Amino acid sequence: MAKAATATMQAGDSEPTSLGAALADAATAAVIALLLAMPILAYRSVEQAVSLGMEARWGAIAIGVAAVFAGRLAINLLGPRLSGPVGELFAALKSAIVRVFHAIGGWRTVLGMLLMLAMAASGAGKLSTPRWFDLLLIVPLAIGVWRRSPAWLFLGLALFFPFAPGASRYWIENFGILVLIYVMLGWGLNVVVGLAGLLDLGYVAFYAVGAYSYALLAQTFGLSFWICLPLAGILAALWGVLLGFPVLRLRGDYLAIVTLAFGEIIRVVLINWQSLTGGPNGISGIPRPTLFGLEFKADGGFADYFGLEHTSLHRIIFLYYIILVLALVTNWVTVRLRRLPVGRAWEAMREDEIACRSLGINITNTKLTAFSIGAMFGGFAGAFFATKQGFISPESFTFWESAIILAIVVLGGMGSQVGVAVAALVMIGGTELFRELEIYRMLVFGVAMVAVMVWRPRGVVSGRVPTIALKETRRIGGDLVKEGHG
Amino acid sequence: MEYFVQQLINGLTLGSIYGLIAIGYTMVYGIIGMINFAHGDVFMVGSFIGLLLFLMIGLTAATPLVVIILALIGVLIVAMALTAVWGWTIERLAYRPLRGSFRLAPLITAIGMSIVLTNLVQIAQGARVKNLPPDIKDRLAGGFTVLRGADGFDAVVSYRQLVIVGVTVTLMAFFTWLITSTSLGRAQRACEQDRTMAALTGVDVDRTISITFVIGAALAAVAGVMFLVYYGAIDFYIGFVAGIKAFTAAVLGGIGSLPGAMLGGLLIGLIEVFWAGYVGSEYKDVAAFSILALVLIFRPEGLLGRPEIEKV
Amino acid sequence: MTAGSRPILEVDGLGMRFGGLVAVDGLAFSAQRGQITALIGPNGAGKTTVFNCVTGFYRPTSGRITVQHDDGRSFALQSMPGHRICHQAKVARTFQNIRLFAGMSLLENLLVAQHNKLMRASLFTVGGLIGLPGFAAAERAAVEIAKHWLERVGLVDRADDAAGDLPYGDQRRLEIARAMCTGPALLCLDEPAAGLNPRESRELNQLLLSMRGENGLSILLIEHDMGVVMEISDHIVVLDYGKKIAEGTPAQIRNDPAVIAAYLGVEDEETAIAVTTGARP
Repeated sequence: MAKAATATMQAGDSEPTSLGAALADAATAAVIALLLAMPILAYRSVEQAVSLGMEARWGAIAIGVAAVFAGRLAINLLGPRLSGPVGELFAALKSAIVRVFHAIGGWRTVLGMLLMLAMAASGAGKLSTPRWFDLLLIVPLAIGVWRRSPAWLFLGLALFFPFAPGASRYWIENFGILVLIYVMLGWGLNVVVGLAGLLDLGYVAFYAVGAYSYALLAQTFGLSFWICLPLAGILAALWGVLLGFPVLRLRGDYLAIVTLAFGEIIRVVLINWQSLTGGPNGISGIPRPTLFGLEFKADGGFADYFGLEHTSLHRIIFLYYIILVLALVTNWVTVRLRRLPVGRAWEAMREDEIACRSLGINITNTKLTAFSIGAMFGGFAGAFFATKQGFISPESFTFWESAIILAIVVLGGMGSQVGVAVAALVMIGGTELFRELEIYRMLVFGVAMVAVMVWRPRGVVSGRVPTIALKETRRIGGDLVKEGHG
Repeated sequence: MEYFVQQLINGLTLGSIYGLIAIGYTMVYGIIGMINFAHGDVFMVGSFIGLLLFLMIGLTAATPLVVIILALIGVLIVAMALTAVWGWTIERLAYRPLRGSFRLAPLITAIGMSIVLTNLVQIAQGARVKNLPPDIKDRLAGGFTVLRGADGFDAVVSYRQLVIVGVTVTLMAFFTWLITSTSLGRAQRACEQDRTMAALTGVDVDRTISITFVIGAALAAVAGVMFLVYYGAIDFYIGFVAGIKAFTAAVLGGIGSLPGAMLGGLLIGLIEVFWAGYVGSEYKDVAAFSILALVLIFRPEGLLGRPEIEKV
Repeated sequence: MTAGSRPILEVDGLGMRFGGLVAVDGLAFSAQRGQITALIGPNGAGKTTVFNCVTGFYRPTSGRITVQHDDGRSFALQSMPGHRICHQAKVARTFQNIRLFAGMSLLENLLVAQHNKLMRASLFTVGGLIGLPGFAAAERAAVEIAKHWLERVGLVDRADDAAGDLPYGDQRRLEIARAMCTGPALLCLDEPAAGLNPRESRELNQLLLSMRGENGLSILLIEHDMGVVMEISDHIVVLDYGKKIAEGTPAQIRNDPAVIAAYLGVEDEETAIAVTTGARP
């Protein structure tokens, strides 16, 4: 039985399996599931008067084990080729689904269309805008569909989103703005991890530096958001240089661990330096951004100036467009940097550091630029986060933020701007859809992370497009592109 | 002096726990070169399994101390076995499909697995801190006075500290023997050196890696039960901090080196306890991480590791 | 003595020790301007170590390595940081186990080699980012240089393919083209003919001979293929156990008893015969 299990557990190219072997393997999986459930899932420790007691829930476990059995059986039957007519039927079904999918134009187009449909179908908008305004926003969408370019499609969707039917305040704030923050963070980290190949597990440190810089500058000196934003970015970049200098000569996982340690050190300092940072209570009452001096308030603010009826939605939409512009600037700068010598040196360094040195490239400086530019984008995002929340505390800057941002970069496909955006949309937006499920949300997030990675180890969009071409640009396959030593 | 000795005892106890977890990191890193981020959570799962097993046995205040210690050993063994199944399954589902693939992929699945385990336990057991029943906790807290202080402060070594250090030493001796003198250990070292070559000479690489995860998880379970007995309270989040500290320990000692992991664990434990005891507990984590950063910058191979020579 | 007549590379008293192992010991030799100098010797003789010292990957334990340019400037390589050796002393190299940027196109590989020049043209990124015209012109010029070298090595048709997709022999030539794009005065080739078939090896000989002396280029090479060494070298330095045992023209080396002894002393008898007869092993 164990032998059958190993045979069927191997990837899809194994020998055709018999029904009996598939059943035996599914039974093994069910037994393992039962062992896993014992006792940690099967019993729940409950607080009683004196000490802990327990309650069993064998019913749920029985269902779970049965589900594992059925699921494993289904994988066995659908995965490797099954002998006989049943197998042929399954194979035909599978290829039909794949063919339909390709005919529509790939998964990205499908995803974009589904999102558009979902938005269109979900009821009336909250703001009345003139017709021509909607039409203006629909232009990039049309270009996207016409050119079959997912980048344009997403840009159109992003521009259109706050005015889409069904986009309520809740959706703009908790879906739109949140996803864009992670898109921006993902793009920022993409410079470090995706282009330069430096594994940074403490990226959240720069996000925190940006957020606290804005909060402290605004509260201490009364500076406005628009002055503080570049300052926060510059401060984060300086921290990037400061932290980067000693650690960047480390290679591989050592770099990962030291950056993780620095991320944690910054967080612990934020918690304990009470007089400056307010400790675990954080900083509240952080000023909101203004539109050329116009505040978003009931009297004498934005709404009065333009003769509109005041609604808090204006401020949310304003915030949405700020982060959208910030993210697009990040993207624009990154795309441009890739075509400059410094960007090519980043990618070359990811491919082979020793060869770079032999060509006269100063590795330390090149790494520092990648690290500090990535940090700067993190700092911008942090400043935005602070002004959006109006309140920050060290709790927002845990290691898990770094892990999630890194996951977005790797799941999206290292170095791919579109891939990172898609990953942020699916992972952050997707789990936001599960918000009602509360604690199950993060569980789904974790399972999705593992599943996507096993499905596409190089991320959703793998490979890279050369930055310059003599005759025509040809996409380079993901299997050739290296991932860097750091 | 009494205070110093007490801190020393506490530091060694905590260090033993870190060391046991660090072995899991170091063995996995040695054999497949990945940071198993989920390992800290395997430790947490082991700790919860231990707690539930104690509850199932249902000891009371009347139970003699000998029985409690026997029960502890029983719980240890069963927890090791059940946690090992978790270790095996995680490797099977999240790491093996990615073997030989993109280097960052298993790192991401490891982080994913860590999120899964944390949230699974939170869902299954609730978010509140779980206290070990006082019947067990208080009985094991008693001990001997090793140094009597003039001002009424005595340095005490408790039964549970003795158990922790004793079990750690026994397991360390056993696993050192296992790695250095058995065919399993040889297979493991062969896979560390060159997996392809090992496979060509007849080593079952998949099986060897699976066993590595099983051993790592079993030792993490021991650490988990020890943690439970020592602190008497656990929650679903203990895996993160303990995991990071243990990984720090593994790197400090020289990743890939078994004695290095134990030494690193003890050092981290001592640094943490002494820093908290003499400087203040606010920055004790900063101390551990700063030492890690300094060691890596000035001696990247760790204390007992072999330096990596850059080949041109 | 004018600068032009001094050797491009002078190595004096070079020593390199790894722990207790002495890899190179008191080595002295020079490479003449506009010539091809070959470094040969049995396996483990310390050839690659010498190379790594010259190109800044190892810091020698003792000795001096001096590069003298046409204009009279000289550089002490033993104390220069690795990346400056290529950038300022104009010493470029290839690697025994080819180190291309596999995931980048051929053209990109050759542009990375012109990094320092382009970096200045882009005003250290700032000018390039805001789109100053100076950078675009510099990049066009760099592409022309890249195109020239792709033509020289016969790979211009594959300029937009990934370097990792090339067959082995083409990768070797691309690596030479990439090194040439840095505009070197001294080109160091680490076993350029390794793994090439006879036809590719002949083509390589022609390429190297055509490059020699062009714009004053000098070549230092390590090679096991005695056919290549004897055919193209102007000067040969023979190493054994980290020491120089002979030096001279191919004809002199062929008849040197010390060289024959060194090669016969090793297990590889065929190479010894090749050395003495100048035939392909």
